[in-house]
Amino acid sequence: MVQSIEQLKLTATVLRKRILSTAYYKKQGHVGGSLSCADILVSLFFHHLSIDPSNPKWEDRDRFVLSKGHTALGLYATLALRGYISEEELKTFDQYESRLQAHPDMTKLDALDMSTGSLGQGLSAAVGMAIGAKRLKKGFDVYCLIGDGESQEGQIWEAANIAGKYKLDNLIVIMDQNGLQQYGWKNDHGRMKPESNGKRKFDSFGFETWEVDGHCMEDLIDVLTEVKSIRNGRPKAIIANTTKGKGVHFMENNYVWHSKAPNDEEYILALTELEKRG
Amino acid sequence: MSISVRDQFGKHLAQLAQDDSKVLALDGDLGNSTRLDSIEKETVDSFLQMGIAEQNMVGVAAGLASIGSQPWVCSFATFLTKRALDQIVVSVAQTKFDVKLVGSYSGLLTSNTGKTHHSLDDIAIMTTIPNMTVIAPGDAGETVAAMNAMHKTGGPMYLRLTRDETIPLFLPDAEFEIGKGKTLTEGTDVLIVTTGSTTYRVAEAIKQLVDMSIAHQHFPTLKPFDKELLLEGARKVQLVVTVEEHYIRGGLGSIVSEILSEELPKRVYRIGVPDRFFGCGTDEELLEASGLSVEKIKKSIGALSSKYF
Repeated sequence: MVQSIEQLKLTATVLRKRILSTAYYKKQGHVGGSLSCADILVSLFFHHLSIDPSNPKWEDRDRFVLSKGHTALGLYATLALRGYISEEELKTFDQYESRLQAHPDMTKLDALDMSTGSLGQGLSAAVGMAIGAKRLKKGFDVYCLIGDGESQEGQIWEAANIAGKYKLDNLIVIMDQNGLQQYGWKNDHGRMKPESNGKRKFDSFGFETWEVDGHCMEDLIDVLTEVKSIRNGRPKAIIANTTKGKGVHFMENNYVWHSKAPNDEEYILALTELEKRG
Repeated sequence: MSISVRDQFGKHLAQLAQDDSKVLALDGDLGNSTRLDSIEKETVDSFLQMGIAEQNMVGVAAGLASIGSQPWVCSFATFLTKRALDQIVVSVAQTKFDVKLVGSYSGLLTSNTGKTHHSLDDIAIMTTIPNMTVIAPGDAGETVAAMNAMHKTGGPMYLRLTRDETIPLFLPDAEFEIGKGKTLTEGTDVLIVTTGSTTYRVAEAIKQLVDMSIAHQHFPTLKPFDKELLLEGARKVQLVVTVEEHYIRGGLGSIVSEILSEELPKRVYRIGVPDRFFGCGTDEELLEASGLSVEKIKKSIGALSSKYF
């Protein structure tokens, strides 16, 4: 499925509504980070990735690893819109024995390429997939979405080091740089950014890097298209500048919304705001 | 001619990799110690250097397994099982990937390197992880048989190996089935239960304890544990003794005590490494200090016999 830019923008708004309605219904979920990566998820799943919802284990599909596993809510809502699971099943999010575990569990849901939730681990698995694809001479790419807070884990940089060593130009790391983590460090303006040198750091590990507005659909599609066309022996990193809680003004840039569900009043306010946009 | 456990491990993994392109060796920069370097020397491209970064190495193995490879991840036992523990749990055990984890240099015999390199809690750690199979072969021949079984059987497994160069090929048969123990000698006074590197030294001690009727069982698989064999052996004796090159808590002695306390209450005496850190020393010095030399094992069992019989 390849949607036009206009369709993608509409889909992103619908996705934000699904994220909020699911969190509201279940009274939990990591809303802030799910909203920050919503446009990235839409650009991948509705335009860019070579995937087939009717055959989730298709051998030659592009792989996607959500290393920032706590935003499973955003991924599940995306999978529902894309037809991997029913809209109805979203209501089982975070429920005992549900396929939609609080953090992605690949043993429960076919659509997931990796189980994550303990931060820092997904990128290593993505590196393994990319090495494996090269060994098997497979043409698929491996996409890994990491968080800026998550990048405080040393394992992210262990993985980056190996990606450079093995010249994994089939690996694309996207950092959802939303500028906040669960709690972090206090400063004069509220909270410090978890990471502000992501581009320079990935550069130093031998990556080809880009920095984009992670909420601008045109820019996301442009950069993903460019990234796909390059095979130069270097792994790739896209630093996507985003806003935590994007789309709902009172959730934006507020660390409190890292993991919090809206109450009745907040939910109506949020939906009204999104309706106006979409 | 005898071959050490680690030499045999490297040689046989190279063979498996030559026969099956799915088999890969991931090294944490210790290949020339663990003998994983054989794979680099003897195969075209089955060897992947992952550098000194165990957490990433385990994660990469999970990713490789997800697209059909069978990675064998090898490092010193203590670094693999403790530095990368959460990665082993989340990326390998919870996903049930076909990743083989090889802890070389387990126990105290780590070539004079001291407490930072000793691995005396890895059985405790690895046997508590769901989906994880834990194997500790007794000699080089059994190492080959265990590796063949691991290669054929999917899923996360931990192979605990010793650097001890003195263990000859002594086990009577090279048969190996995951989850099965072996009775090495029959006896009616005491049952001695061992695993891995300790089995040889205990077998030597038993040979010298001629005035006792000693049964000896060797359990190369610690998880799943061959409960039936243990109960069958324990029924015939008054006392059960476990011996292991591992901390006294959490290893074989604990496994045996747990089973017998529920199924067949019986006195169990555990011989293992005391609850403290050990400095560097030669293999002989460390075995002597921890009570695991042939001589010390013989004395401990002899003392028990005079106490109980």
